[in-house]
Amino acid sequence: MSTITEDPTRPRSSSGWRVVDIVVAAILGVAVGVIFWAFNNTVATVWGPLEAVLPGLAGLITGVWFLGGTLGGLVIRKPGAALLVELLAATVSVLPGNQWGITTLYSGLAQGIGAEIVFAIFAWKRWSLPVAAFAGIGSALGAFVNEYFLMGNHAKSLAFNATYLVCLVISGVLLAGGLAWVLMKALASAGALDRFESGRETRRAV
Amino acid sequence: MSRPRTLLERLNPATLLLLAVILSVPLVVTLDWVSASVALALEVVALVACRVSLRRILRRLAPLLLIAPLGAISMLLYGQTSGRIWWHWGPVVVSDGSISLAVALFIRIFALALPAVMLFADIDATRMADGLAQVVRLPARFVLGSLAGFRMLALFTSDWRVLGQARRARGLGDDGRLRRWALMSFSLLVLALRRGGRLATAMEAKGFGAPVERTWARPSRVGAADALAVLVCLAIAAASLAAAAHFGTLMTVLS
Amino acid sequence: MIVAEGWGWRHASRRDWAVRGASFTIGDGERVLLLGASGAGKSTLMHAMAGVLGGADEGEEEGRLLVDGAHPTRRHGHVGLVMQDPETQVMLARVGDDVAFGAENLGVARDEIWRRVDEALDAVGLDVGRDRPTTALSGGQKQRLTIAGALAMQAKVLLLDEPTANLDPEGAREVRDVVAHLSRERGTTLVVVEHRVELWADLVDRVIVLAPGGGILADGAPGRVFVEQREALLAAGVWVPGVDIPSTGSGNGEGSTAGPAEAPWALRGEALAIGHDPQHVVQHALDVTIPAGRSTMITGPNGAGKSTLALTLAGLLPRLDGRVVAAGELRPARVLGPRHWGRRRPVDSSDPGTWSSRDLITRIGTVFQSPEHQFVATTVRDELAVGLRALAAVDPQWTTQRIDERVDELLAMLHLSRIAGANPFTLSGGEKRRLSVGTVLATGPRVIFLDEPTFGQDRNTWLDMVALVRAMLDQGRAVVSITHDADFITALAQHRIHLEPQR
Ligand SMILES: Nc1ncnc2c1ncn2[C@@H]1O[C@H](COP(=O)(O)OP(=O)(O)OP(=O)(O)O)[C@@H](O)[C@H]1O
Ligand SMILES: Nc1ncnc2c1ncn2[C@@H]1O[C@H](COP(=O)(O)OP(=O)(O)OP(=O)(O)O)[C@@H](O)[C@H]1O
Ligand SMILES: [Mg+2]
Ligand SMILES: [Mg+2]
Repeated sequence: MSTITEDPTRPRSSSGWRVVDIVVAAILGVAVGVIFWAFNNTVATVWGPLEAVLPGLAGLITGVWFLGGTLGGLVIRKPGAALLVELLAATVSVLPGNQWGITTLYSGLAQGIGAEIVFAIFAWKRWSLPVAAFAGIGSALGAFVNEYFLMGNHAKSLAFNATYLVCLVISGVLLAGGLAWVLMKALASAGALDRFESGRETRRAV
Repeated sequence: MSRPRTLLERLNPATLLLLAVILSVPLVVTLDWVSASVALALEVVALVACRVSLRRILRRLAPLLLIAPLGAISMLLYGQTSGRIWWHWGPVVVSDGSISLAVALFIRIFALALPAVMLFADIDATRMADGLAQVVRLPARFVLGSLAGFRMLALFTSDWRVLGQARRARGLGDDGRLRRWALMSFSLLVLALRRGGRLATAMEAKGFGAPVERTWARPSRVGAADALAVLVCLAIAAASLAAAAHFGTLMTVLS
Repeated sequence: MIVAEGWGWRHASRRDWAVRGASFTIGDGERVLLLGASGAGKSTLMHAMAGVLGGADEGEEEGRLLVDGAHPTRRHGHVGLVMQDPETQVMLARVGDDVAFGAENLGVARDEIWRRVDEALDAVGLDVGRDRPTTALSGGQKQRLTIAGALAMQAKVLLLDEPTANLDPEGAREVRDVVAHLSRERGTTLVVVEHRVELWADLVDRVIVLAPGGGILADGAPGRVFVEQREALLAAGVWVPGVDIPSTGSGNGEGSTAGPAEAPWALRGEALAIGHDPQHVVQHALDVTIPAGRSTMITGPNGAGKSTLALTLAGLLPRLDGRVVAAGELRPARVLGPRHWGRRRPVDSSDPGTWSSRDLITRIGTVFQSPEHQFVATTVRDELAVGLRALAAVDPQWTTQRIDERVDELLAMLHLSRIAGANPFTLSGGEKRRLSVGTVLATGPRVIFLDEPTFGQDRNTWLDMVALVRAMLDQGRAVVSITHDADFITALAQHRIHLEPQR
């Protein structure tokens, strides 16, 4: 056994994922998934007809669907958190059934990986607003690649794809990066994140 | 339950996930109306063979009649141009090519959505987690931790009600609907996260995450039925690709 | 063996130490009752022994605490813990699965797990069936469920943090007997936290009392400690068996079960059917009267529908059938309700269920069974001010300054001044309970519903609570308490409503 080198009277080191990290990641995933689902059935349906006729401007609201990645990363601050939360959120949103079927999970995967790569570039150490915005862009790129190859966008014109990409990036910055950051701060000041570094940086001891 | 039992219920929930993935492969790598139609038709046949009633299938697909055209229109207007050009205005070009792409996309939406609405709707989260951990062998810590979080979804409705009662009891119940809704959603999330923290503690106290090989009270198995289902879905996937190749309509991402 | 040497813990969000200077040794098979004032750090110590306090980023640890020679975080599962709040410990959707969870984590064989599950469910008297959804259990049933989960682990050490707080007296005895049987059969080491000592005094062979400011106040055999340290214990708020409750003023005593028919009443339920959803009627054909200005006790076994009845009478839960009628002087003048879908619904001023929220809080106040359900703010101070601020919008007498004064007064009365800035969710069990009672007292409603107001209270805070209720009664308010607490009933009952489960 490798434990002989460790002092058994010291706490077990917990550098990786704690149980609370996993559970809270799942709750965030579920909550964001419910947001996705509500969004799919409200804003996205209204926007649908516009999306159908506008050349790629639809991407402007797509950022909401990247929220899981950025929020998960910012709150949990562990490698893989962005991916896990985004993937769980996608799963929850597909459970009641939607028009994208199982490909919802592929989108979640691509967007989550996009955000995760950005957090990885900052070595999972920096969690500022700009980093959140970059993660939003990461998700946007992930989404673009996914939709280009798997959702049929490769069969659309260059002009469409170019506009779409720009719009995705803009909404990734604002709706995914910005919104997630604001949410994280709000949750922290509501005291919901006391067991996380993200929750402690704003609170004083009483 | 009043709903008639179908053969799908004999399958491991993890298998259902795999089936949906297999069925999606030919659909996402190609974009042509033949492969999509064949896949859709065979999916319906397979479901009916599993004793899912046709009426139920149609009822669940009906909402897509509103949504699918939207996806198709976008393709119609901005799809790659080929063949005869019917209409041209700014970035919009409607051509033979974009028309056939739009039709393909339209059918594909149905073929992709069908497995999801039929397979996932009644999944029991606990059984799914059992399947993912025992059959797929994903790490138990993550699967069960996620399950615990997922369970909060079941609590959301009753929490929502209690939260409404609490706000009313505290003098905060007279807000306008939108404001109230926003505040309650946020409170609900806060409550769920706090509860999650506590639940994690309770789970650890019950030895969760300790370095012991855990056992499973509810066995999750895969059997002949699961194997058969996978084979059927592989066949459907292969048949739809073959049909497209045969009719010369096969168009993949790379082409 | 559990050894503490000058052990202490400070939660990351607090400046004060929750526990400090704790030193003791608990041998294998020993049965210990852990006592101390509310907020003395009992739950913190229990969590520490179970190894679930968290890492260095969640608090600061000093001294040493070892379970069988190792840090408790390395002994997960060897120590079974039933936490104070049953509401947040339920993990799985079905009763049987939830009980099995701990045994699964310990690698117990499948057949053995299910044998243990049935045995444990049987032992705690939870006979609702393995497949019953865990969401549909009452407070007391959830408590039984979590105890069953810990029993099924068959851990060598069992830690019970106020395991009977929500149970009816019979259930409490049942649980005690199970635990007694278990420790005798298997030699399980036992640490129980419970404010009400009588239930456990015969079973335990040792009492450890935490001093509020840190350190150990007393440690020894119950017979000796309760005699020798009597005064010190009483001063620290410990319930010492055999010491009577100081006579508590005037005009009470066991009231008649029959309602005073001609006396003025505040609220009435007529032919009520109550329940959380129409498919599951909990009680039907219920006729109840809440007398005005008097103290009413609602009693009955777990799951009888006491909480449901209170919520229904208080205008918070829609009734399934029948009528709830408020007395004339209670009715609001306003005839328009809150906006609903942009329209104002007319109010039936005799029916509390239709009143606006602001009208409700000055007329009927409700303290929920689970305190956390009640919290809407992020500090203790704000929590107490919420209702007053809502009133300030319509009543100019509530200036910011008056609100502050009122809140300070309440903080002092409830012994919460020291932690006024803390987040309500981080309080100890007893502190939470007091805060939730305070939130309702703040707005001074005419009728007050208290669902289990005394659980988790030490002797001092209990006496304060009784004094508070008495003050409310003296001001002419009606107080309706749901309780299993016999002393509380003796001290305050003037009218009694007893519910038995209906099938
Ligand atoms: N998670 C937490 N974060 C911050 N402070 C906490 C936390 N849990 C407890 N405290 C504080 O630590 C102190 C001790 O709390 P603890 O719950 O251990 O008391 P207790 O003796 O169990 O009281 P009670 O009898 O009321 O349950 C209290 O002042 C409490 O407010
Ligand atoms: N939120 C809920 N949804 C559905 N059923 C519920 C809910 N809460 C309680 N019940 C059920 O309603 C019945 C009455 O519950 P209630 O909470 O009123 O009991 P109680 O008398 O207050 O018991 P206790 O002393 O355990 O608190 C119980 O059988 C319970 O299972
Ligand atoms: Mg406690
Ligand atoms: Mg109750």
